[in-house]
Amino acid sequence: MSQPFRTEKGGRIDRNEQLTFTFDGEQMQGHKGDTLASALLANGVHLVGRSFKYHRPRGIISSGSEEPNALVGIYRNGDQTPNLRATQVELYQGLEAISQNRFPSLGFDIGAINDLMSPLFPAGFYYKTFMWPKSFWDRVYEPVIRAAAGLGKPPKKPDHDFYGNLYAHCDVLVAGSGPSGLAAALAAAETGAKVILCDEQAEFGGSLLSENSASVDGKEPADWVAVTLARLGAMDNVTLLPRTTAFGYFAHNYVALAERITDHIANPDPKLPRERLWQVRAKEVVIAAGAIERPLVFPENDRPGILLADAGRTYLNRYGVKVGHKVLVATASDSAWQAAFDMADHGVEVAAIVDLRETPPKNLMAIAEARGIRVEAGCVVTGTLGRKRVKAALLGRLMTSGQVASGGQVECDALLMSGGWTPTVSLYSQSRGKVVWDGDKGAFVPGKSVQHERSTGASKGLYGLQATLEDGYAAGENAAKAATGKSAKIAYSTATGGEASNGGTLGALPHDRNASRVKAFVDYQNDVTAKDVKLAVREGMHSIEHIKRYTTTGMATDQGRLSNMNALKIASGALDRPLTDVGLTTFRQPFTPTTFGLFAGVSRGDFFDPVRKTPSHDWVVENGGVFEDVGQWKRTWYFPKNGEDMHAAVARECKIARESVGLFDASTLGKIEVVGPDAAEFLERMYTNPWKKLATGRCRYGLLLNDAGFITDDGVIGRLAEGRFHVTTTTGGAPSVFARMEDYLQTEWPDLDVWITSTTEQYAVAAVQGPKAREVIAPFIEGIDLSAENLPHMSVREGTFCGVPCRLFRISFTGELGFEINVSRRHGKMMWETLAKEIEKHSGTAYGTETMHVLRAEKGYIIVGQDTDGTVTPQDAGMTWAIGKKKLDFVGKRGLERPDLKADGRPQFVGLLTTDPKVKLEEGAQVTVAENPATGTSAEGHVTSSYYSPALDRTIALAMVKNGQALEGKTLYVPMPEGSIPVEVTGTVFYDKEGARINV
Amino acid sequence: MSELLANDLITPDAGESPLLSLSEVSILKAAPLTRLSLRARDASLKDAGKAFGAALPVNPLLAETSKKRAALWMGPDEWTLLAPEEDCQALFTAIEEKLGDQPHSLVDISDRSEAIIVSGEKASWLLNTGIFIDFSIESFPVGTVTRTVFHKSPVMVWRTGTDTFVVEAWVSFMEYVTGLLVQSAQELEVA
Amino acid sequence: MLLIYCPYCDVERAETEFHCGGEAHIARPSDPSQTSEEEWVEFLYMRSNTKGVAAERWRHIHGCGRFFNAVRDTVSDKFLKFYKAGETMPDLEKISKEAGK
Repeated sequence: MSQPFRTEKGGRIDRNEQLTFTFDGEQMQGHKGDTLASALLANGVHLVGRSFKYHRPRGIISSGSEEPNALVGIYRNGDQTPNLRATQVELYQGLEAISQNRFPSLGFDIGAINDLMSPLFPAGFYYKTFMWPKSFWDRVYEPVIRAAAGLGKPPKKPDHDFYGNLYAHCDVLVAGSGPSGLAAALAAAETGAKVILCDEQAEFGGSLLSENSASVDGKEPADWVAVTLARLGAMDNVTLLPRTTAFGYFAHNYVALAERITDHIANPDPKLPRERLWQVRAKEVVIAAGAIERPLVFPENDRPGILLADAGRTYLNRYGVKVGHKVLVATASDSAWQAAFDMADHGVEVAAIVDLRETPPKNLMAIAEARGIRVEAGCVVTGTLGRKRVKAALLGRLMTSGQVASGGQVECDALLMSGGWTPTVSLYSQSRGKVVWDGDKGAFVPGKSVQHERSTGASKGLYGLQATLEDGYAAGENAAKAATGKSAKIAYSTATGGEASNGGTLGALPHDRNASRVKAFVDYQNDVTAKDVKLAVREGMHSIEHIKRYTTTGMATDQGRLSNMNALKIASGALDRPLTDVGLTTFRQPFTPTTFGLFAGVSRGDFFDPVRKTPSHDWVVENGGVFEDVGQWKRTWYFPKNGEDMHAAVARECKIARESVGLFDASTLGKIEVVGPDAAEFLERMYTNPWKKLATGRCRYGLLLNDAGFITDDGVIGRLAEGRFHVTTTTGGAPSVFARMEDYLQTEWPDLDVWITSTTEQYAVAAVQGPKAREVIAPFIEGIDLSAENLPHMSVREGTFCGVPCRLFRISFTGELGFEINVSRRHGKMMWETLAKEIEKHSGTAYGTETMHVLRAEKGYIIVGQDTDGTVTPQDAGMTWAIGKKKLDFVGKRGLERPDLKADGRPQFVGLLTTDPKVKLEEGAQVTVAENPATGTSAEGHVTSSYYSPALDRTIALAMVKNGQALEGKTLYVPMPEGSIPVEVTGTVFYDKEGARINV
Repeated sequence: MSELLANDLITPDAGESPLLSLSEVSILKAAPLTRLSLRARDASLKDAGKAFGAALPVNPLLAETSKKRAALWMGPDEWTLLAPEEDCQALFTAIEEKLGDQPHSLVDISDRSEAIIVSGEKASWLLNTGIFIDFSIESFPVGTVTRTVFHKSPVMVWRTGTDTFVVEAWVSFMEYVTGLLVQSAQELEVA
Repeated sequence: MLLIYCPYCDVERAETEFHCGGEAHIARPSDPSQTSEEEWVEFLYMRSNTKGVAAERWRHIHGCGRFFNAVRDTVSDKFLKFYKAGETMPDLEKISKEAGK
């Protein structure tokens, strides 16, 4: 028979729409409106997983997001999402679910041997066992633990879904849509405030959806929900977000919501994001997160078929599912009685109500009697029987002595338990509020508000339908008033029935069993027992934070929402200290497990980071260039021709650039226009070099330090007019140089009449370098005399290139005759293509960053960030020539006077030549004095740049070496795994030492 | 479209097909513009405005428009001046001449950024997929202009109509910005 | 993500538009050559790293670009005051008291 545990009528499922799904390959039926959990229960399936440590059979316990056991994997498009809670997975046609943490099958799991060996796995087991020998950790312990541990299997393929993001603002955000949440949303919305109402469930209404023994305004609670939602839905100022979890409450009322958009749809449109991250900035937040029922801690309380009483009631009333045919109810509070009554009303046999309390409320006793239900007061469950499903419970009678006497055995196929209620204070706690102990309610409740929020209803420990409704309205009104200053009078709905539940218990229940043989679980998912908590205390863990980490209690996906209070009570007993002294661990974001996809959002694939391209990009692609990433920029690395490898391509490019001409895209270099009457004064203060006497039309290499005296950037600066400079920076340094200039300008020298503007992207820049450079550009340049006399090395002029305005720099980073042409970016492509064509006439080549690096290294020019590392001074780099000696101050001048920067023994910039010209050093390799230094010897320095130099037909290297400049001609060593490499210390200029080639 | 601010200045690029055209929102590439960055002290604002052809707004996040001119407040001493492409050189010279020795900085940044026009009833929703600003009309009225961040790209947003925004980004970031806007808009195609 | 008020734009914006510039009111000596080693080290490296109410520099880097100062309780992340660069440092003790610290 299909769905043997389905009720004949009732519930919110659509009985006309039947859905087929599979669980571990077995086909079953459910209905639209079911969760996977309710559908499994309808089919009589309780066993849904194996526990983490002992691999014990586990069943569905709850009906909400706190579910610790029913973690499943859902298959879709050939891959699976692990660790979804079956209680939250909405059923759709063709859903494929698998159980987890079992091998080879759910029914027979080899790992269950851990359960028999459990004396070997006490709390802190990992800490104690895998300590010794140390060498075993990497090879033995870690791999074995990894293979055995973990919940679910991670997906193997890239996520085929995409995820959306939305920033939103509202006056009042209401998290939770039970009676108080709905009332709050309505009250706030009626004032005209912008309201967002979210709920983690598919349907709004919370507990009202499973409440059938009360009424609101004379209506069934679920009908009142529908009416209220219709009202809210009709208002433009209200956003309703079902299937949306408020999972993170951050500073300044910034709340993150996870909206699940397609997980519940059988065949979602691929244009829909799977989930959307809502980043909400709310003026006021109303937390209406409700409360959850506490499990009872008794021996074997983890057998499949044992559920929270409220969950049993929810499955019955909301989903039309009976959790069993013969149900035992064990409780310490009133609310579970209603579950028993509802069961009885649906024809379920209630084996007994077992209440811890000696004298349960008379009215409840009367109702039970009227239904003929056996009641055992002053009784507890002391154990359960059955393997993969509970089949009987052992009862114990509480004696005045505090002992427990055997109370016989009761047969049942399901057991509903209630230890009372725990307010869900997670969001409040995340908002950095401190919970306070309410002795009357036996619960931690929200204390003072730290941010603009208020808790309402059950989430602050307030129970009873009428009271929570009233509190919700007030919370909504007050929140709206605080957010907007506006208020409105609305008629409150009134409820009858749904009275507050009294009673409850904390900690482990007493029993008459052999304490060393039985397990009473506190944290189901992490397999933590009452015994483990006591053991942790015995072994010296006295802070709840230590107990948590030692036992892992409260570290499951529910963050201890089910287990914390019981663990705390047990710890408090073991410590013999009041509960409030032991303290509660902090609830952190996220409230429930949240997908990585949601956090990554759009930042993946092509949109992981902006990909910045220069105007030559398309040409480079067409001509087979290879790119390298320089920050966000795509820069051409090299241009392989006819199957060349990188080495061959770079060697050819270098050779051609030195013999004829090369073309290089320098557009990514940072450019800053410094303009104003005090422009020269400003540069004088920023850079080491003198600027005031630089003539208009001339350029100078500028070195930029920080105030500590270390090199941070460099670049050529040209003076375009008395009060206008064109500053260039390194590609990577552009934003930081600009920011530092602004910092000094705004906060140190606001009196200067000068402003800076980034022009990095205003100009496209082509560098034409080589003996033929002048001939290459000459046909296109107008308005500038290119002769060496008029335009010597380090000059800048304005003219036109192919008729469009240009700034022409005669500068060189290669040691050859060189020009850099700046045109407005829109003309960049034209300029590049024109020059690329022209260099062909001179057998020239386009070259990339690798050739640029080799050519500059041959000349000993530093690259900031490669040859320097933030601790290199101009003296260290052999660049004292760049310091304006007569200047009274510049950024870094005082820093350079520090004794340690002037002391002997500083690393200095030198060249290194290997004895064997074919051997290329590794960049980053250490340099030593001894050929085979003893272990522990400090290095004298390290290699910063190393290349094959085509011009010298040998390898070259640059290095920072202690007192290196005095070591010229000496032999040092670069020890490598294959053997020590002898190197000669040289000057840093390897090629054209006189600099003749540049001044032609 | 007629009530849009600067509709004689910010126009769709005739040569470009729409980046997105849904009934609820469209994205069009804007035609090239003259963009000048002006930095100046309070004393020079009047002269600068005269030479430019539109007053320089002194209140934060505001734009002043006149015939084929728009002056956008970028900071307390910073304005972006917009004009037709062909006016660049003449305007540059006119402002420089007018301001003469008054301390100021005028820099041509016409090609530094590109603009797109995002319009339609879902325009602000679409921008909110990457920008955290509250675009409700009370918080961000027509005429408001600001620099901000779209996902990982700095952008400038200028509301030129209730449902129309001009979004500028530095040229090399534009592919990222438009790519993400188009991707985020695709769910609107689902009925 | 903090919400920060820019006194130049007269608007509250999310933290991602801003860059924190560390402790405020640390002026670069007007003539560094006259500073002692200790004074220079103090200026370069020594910061109070306050747990509690502190004045910080912020720059509206993705907005108007201006530097300004803010008084923030580094424990609660609450901002207690925003003011423009160049304005004198407020009485932090007084601000703390007013904020009920």
